Amino acid sequence: MTAISNDPSIYETPGINWRRQIRFGLIGALSTAFISLAGMPVGLDGRSIIQPVLSMGYLSLLWVPFVFASIAGSEVVLEGMAERQRSARDLWAGALVGLGSSGGVVLLMILIQNFDLRDPLVNWSPQLLELLSFDRSAAFGMVIWLVLGTFLGFLGGSMHVVPQKFRSATLTVCLSVFGVSVLETFLTDLLEGFGLEGLTDLVYYKRGGLEVLGAVAVAALALAVPLIAGPRVARVKTQVIEMPSEERRRVNLALLAVSAALLFVLPFFLGKITNELLANVGLFVLLALGLNIVVGLAGILDLGYVAFFAVGGYTTAVLTSPNSPGFSPELPWPVALIAVVILTGLVGLFIGAPVIRMRGDYLAIVTLGFGEIIRLLFLSDWLSGWFGGAQGITNIPGVNVGIATVKGTDPRSVFLLVLVFCGIAIYVSWRLENSRLGRAWMAIREDEDVAEAMGVNTTNTKLMAFVVGAVLASFSGAIFSAKVGSIFPTSFLMLVSIIILVVVIVGGMGNITGVIVGALVLIGVLGGPKQPGLLQEFSQFKLLIYGALLVWMMLKRPEGLVPNVRRTRELHQEEFLQDAWLKGEIDTDDQEGTA
Amino acid sequence: MATTHDGKPTSRVLWVDRFLALIRITFVVLISVGLIAFVAQQIDPQNPLARWLNPDATGLTAPQFKGLLVTGLAQGAMYGLIALGYSMVYGVLGFINFAHGEVFMVGAMSGMITSNKLAEAGLWEDAFVFSLLFVVVTSILISTATAVIMERIAYRPLRGSPRLIPLITSIGVSFFLQNMSVVLLGPGAKSYPSLPSWLSQKRSLLGFEIEGTKLVVLLTAAVSMAGLWFLVERTKTGKAMRAVAEDKEIAALMGIDVNRTIVTTFAVGGAMAGVAGILWGILFRSVIHTTGFLPGIKAFSAAVVGGIGNLGGAMAGGLSLGAAEATAPLVLLEPLGVDGVSQLRDAVAFAVLIFVLLVKPSGLFGERLSEEDRA
Repeated sequence: MTAISNDPSIYETPGINWRRQIRFGLIGALSTAFISLAGMPVGLDGRSIIQPVLSMGYLSLLWVPFVFASIAGSEVVLEGMAERQRSARDLWAGALVGLGSSGGVVLLMILIQNFDLRDPLVNWSPQLLELLSFDRSAAFGMVIWLVLGTFLGFLGGSMHVVPQKFRSATLTVCLSVFGVSVLETFLTDLLEGFGLEGLTDLVYYKRGGLEVLGAVAVAALALAVPLIAGPRVARVKTQVIEMPSEERRRVNLALLAVSAALLFVLPFFLGKITNELLANVGLFVLLALGLNIVVGLAGILDLGYVAFFAVGGYTTAVLTSPNSPGFSPELPWPVALIAVVILTGLVGLFIGAPVIRMRGDYLAIVTLGFGEIIRLLFLSDWLSGWFGGAQGITNIPGVNVGIATVKGTDPRSVFLLVLVFCGIAIYVSWRLENSRLGRAWMAIREDEDVAEAMGVNTTNTKLMAFVVGAVLASFSGAIFSAKVGSIFPTSFLMLVSIIILVVVIVGGMGNITGVIVGALVLIGVLGGPKQPGLLQEFSQFKLLIYGALLVWMMLKRPEGLVPNVRRTRELHQEEFLQDAWLKGEIDTDDQEGTA
Repeated sequence: MATTHDGKPTSRVLWVDRFLALIRITFVVLISVGLIAFVAQQIDPQNPLARWLNPDATGLTAPQFKGLLVTGLAQGAMYGLIALGYSMVYGVLGFINFAHGEVFMVGAMSGMITSNKLAEAGLWEDAFVFSLLFVVVTSILISTATAVIMERIAYRPLRGSPRLIPLITSIGVSFFLQNMSVVLLGPGAKSYPSLPSWLSQKRSLLGFEIEGTKLVVLLTAAVSMAGLWFLVERTKTGKAMRAVAEDKEIAALMGIDVNRTIVTTFAVGGAMAGVAGILWGILFRSVIHTTGFLPGIKAFSAAVVGGIGNLGGAMAGGLSLGAAEATAPLVLLEPLGVDGVSQLRDAVAFAVLIFVLLVKPSGLFGERLSEEDRA
């Protein structure tokens, strides 16, 4: 609030919204109790972040007081209003939230001691109690939790009191230590490829997790690098931005070429596991890029997207495998791919045509129905003469590219093949986005009636989105069946469609970079429907996290991690208009960023 | 007449329309051929018309058909109860609450927990009716609470955002609830305690051999439906719900608390789903975290088949969908010469949805939506 009078009492009674603090404390308590009962502390205890000090299991609880306190302390400052003066009271507010959050753990411990609810709740176990009391007596554990929670809440509250610089430094340190620890498999593998095992041994503990010294080193590095390199990078950046557009384009192209070349060299330095992981990520990048065209650009919510993946996979299997039950031409993979593309395109038309006129939400459910129908047909006895029913199709040969055969047993080659197709998909997406068709898609997404009035043939345009999306998914399906070597209906559950949707939404609808980031973060770290990610211990929780993430993203950041400028404006149109109104200007700047 | 950008006149009839017409005709032809072949089989299995498509066809005996029909209707009544929740929320907020199937699952799960606890204490056998009532009430409370919390956390902040946003959110909620059940209660299927024999034995009624459980399901659905009708048509709350469904802003101007009415809608839908959850438990005696998914989608189909926003339609849609999915595989597909037809039950349910949306998108009994929701 702006100061109206000089009466100091106004300054000294900062309006902390205590009800909000209490509410967040209670939500924190519920969250910690839920996380404990979901089995995260026990299930994730095996994964250590910093060797004896911190394991992922404890981290799954400890983040709650800190993050909730800092969220509870944040306030929306309206345009034209001054920010409230922060004081020591904010620290105590944070501590209160932290205390509340850890209170959930303590309450749960008391309940576990006195009641036995193990029958419905599978994680109501003495093991959990033991873990929560730090392998000592329960009373000791409770005291530790309360102190720890209050302290972390205090820290969380202090985030609003200390200067911005300090806040971002803390964030950098936490994220980099966590990140380096999560990326352990990947980094070890990479450094080994370059013959730098010594470095990994220095930083990581033998059986996983960072050494304490290693963590300190990582934190120091995370602080030092921006300090030293930051100004220089900023200078180069401004230099590039100030260049004439012709030259800038050349620099951008050169950068792109260098990074593409690096990506193609990368697999040769990586081990089997990491290559396999990245190949899986690549398959999902392909799928997500396809869905991005349908959902992100054209605004059609297709919940049966897995159908195209399935058709691509099954067509490849039928055409290439000698074990295909009905029709077995044993074509080489590249020839089969042509048939796959044509067929999936046709399936895209066939599924798209009936649904294209429906209301957006009906369309979602009906595409979901089509996705299930296609899976049920592949599974049925009726068509098992063609697709093998539940037995699926096995013995699918790899891709023969002359010098080598791309097969699941050689993840490096699979990754390279996936990279090539991702390159194609990215190029296609990028060109389409800025084409007449792409602009028509976006017009339809924003307002179908207006688009039609402006002369866009909405039916054909929407169908094109379906077909292009289907073809991209079929690439992924074709590579998938060559990679795995056998194909079963269980690989194409509705789950897959939803996971691809989460990838697209978390990354940023309508943004190519966003989609790739989304796939790397979600599939790479947490894992796909069946494929493990870097955090293998998370496999039983990943779907829960995907669900929560989807809700959270929709509520807080519907434009995704890497937002598309135009999409963001659509989603926050009201806020933008309000801001413009408050500033006394109507924003006429329609320049599009190229995010 | 409209022209394309290079000046050619565009035809009013697009190829998509022709294609759609073709699909509709194919649907109708397939259904008629299947029916004719079925009738021919019923008259005489050696009939050339019957043997033409499926030489092994045997036809159905009358008791078989009646059995299928009763099973279908009982399941359909359950779909109808779930469909009411979809239909009411769609009528009021104009979006598909994808997670409603999961509310049903939560109801079935909590019923499983309480009934097993009662069985442990010996009350389930000793005082069955009382225990069942207790189970129904707790499960209604829990699923109502789930629906209300869901509305508060996930949907209320999104009111007024673009149409697909709450739908995507509800997919997330559904995913979350499903997996919450996995992490809290474990992944396997869990069973209800066994029912007393007087309930599950067969009785004959109006020429139908009907199991007691199915009778209970049909009766419960009828009673719940009557209660809901009374609530919506005869009480002040119901009037408020109808007003909010028609136009939220004007309802607010008329002094109706829109938020509370929306919460009531979710609560009533949740309660119906809770009842349906117990009925599922009685019918199948087994529940797993994915229990909510297929019945949820089918119930939504039922709501669309009956005309979304139309409560009587939702129940009628549920009954017809249940009957169709139980009988169609043997009545339509078997005579057409399809193998392993019982595997295609779920596919039939989806096909019914697609067929209705293609032929009569406003449902069999007409949808009741305000202008803005219809857009």
